Amino acid sequence: MERSQPRRQVAAMKQSLFDQGLLDEQFIQLEELSDDANPNFVEEIVTLYYRDSSRLISSIEQALKERHTLDFNKLDTLMHQFKGSSSSIGAKKVKAECTLFREYCRTGNAEGCMKTFQQLKKEYASLRKKLEAYFQLARQAGPMETACRPK
Amino acid sequence: MAGGEVLRQNLPEKLEESPSGANELHVLAVDDSLVDRKVIERLLKISSCKVTVVESGTRALQYLGLDGDKKSSIGFDSVKVNLIMTDYSMPGMTGYDLLKKIKQESSVFREIPVVIMSSENILTRIDRCLEEGAEDFLLKPVKLSDVRRLKDFIMKGEVKEGEKRCCKRSRSEDCSPSPMTHPCDSSLLSSLSSSSVLSPLSPSTLSSKKSRL
Repeated sequence: MERSQPRRQVAAMKQSLFDQGLLDEQFIQLEELSDDANPNFVEEIVTLYYRDSSRLISSIEQALKERHTLDFNKLDTLMHQFKGSSSSIGAKKVKAECTLFREYCRTGNAEGCMKTFQQLKKEYASLRKKLEAYFQLARQAGPMETACRPK
Repeated sequence: MAGGEVLRQNLPEKLEESPSGANELHVLAVDDSLVDRKVIERLLKISSCKVTVVESGTRALQYLGLDGDKKSSIGFDSVKVNLIMTDYSMPGMTGYDLLKKIKQESSVFREIPVVIMSSENILTRIDRCLEEGAEDFLLKPVKLSDVRRLKDFIMKGEVKEGEKRCCKRSRSEDCSPSPMTHPCDSSLLSSLSSSSVLSPLSPSTLSSKKSRL
C-alpha cells in the first residue's frame, strides 16, 4: 500500500508529460526495452541524448551566427541529425520544432530559422528538467512491472 | 559450390550458439547516431540476437572483411553475419552505398539480407533501395515489432539460391498498434504488391510487449 502512492505519482507525471504533448509513443517503446538487468534504460538513453546532442546544438548555434549568409544546407543537415535523435527518445515537441526549422531552411528563411531555434532550445531545456524529475521519482518509486501506456 | 547452397548450410548450422544453447542471429547494425546505435543494440539484444554495432559503412565493410584488404571469401567463416541493418542517411558512405557494395560482392556476402532504416518516408528512396536488393525498408524510430518480424523472417531461412525476391514491403503493412506515428501512404500501399515470401504479421507481434524471445 505504501509503495503504490509513489507509483501512482510516477504514472500521473508520465500522463502529464504526454498530455502536454512533450512525449510520444516512442518513449513507451523505450520503456519496453527495460528489464531487470537494465532497469534504467530509458534514463540512460535520455542522458546520452542530451550529452550527444549538445554538440549539435552548439554547431547549429555557431552556424546561425553567420546571420546574413546562412548556409541553409548545412543547417538542414545538422538539424536532420538532431531531429533523428530527438525522435528516437520520443521528444515530440522538440521534434516538431526541428521539422519547422527544416522547413525554414528549405525556404531560406533566416528569421524563421532563428526564431524557431530559440523556441527549440526552450523546449529542449524544459523537457530535460521534466524528465530528470520524472526519472528521479521513478527511481524512488522502485521498478515498475511493465511500461504502462498513458490513457 | 553455389553461393546459395553454402548459405543454406550456413544459416541454420552457423547461427551462433548462445550460452543457453538457442541459435542466435548475428546482426550487424550500422548507424552514425550514437543514440540510435544504443537503441538498435538494445532492440536486438532484447530479441535475443547477437549484435555488432558500427558507426559507418566503412567500418561495416571492414568488419565484414570487404574493405579491399585482400581477403578471400573463406574469410566469411570468421565473421558470420545473418542480417545487416543500416541507417540510410550517413555521412560519407550512405546506407544505400553500403547496400550496393554488399550486393555487388560475388560471394556469400551478397546473400546477407540488408535492411535499410530511415527517418524519411520517401517513396523514391524506398523503391531505389528495394530495387538494389534491400530486404526491407524500416521507418525510424525502429520498433521492437519490426525487429521481431525481421528475426522471424530470417530464422525461417527464406533465402533461396538465385531467387530474386522483389520484396516490395511497406512499413505501412505493419499492423503495430500506433498508426499515428507511422503515417500510412495509401498510394504506396496500392502500388506495392504484397510479398508472399514474407509471412504476414502474426498475432504474436502484437502481444510481444512483455515477452522476451
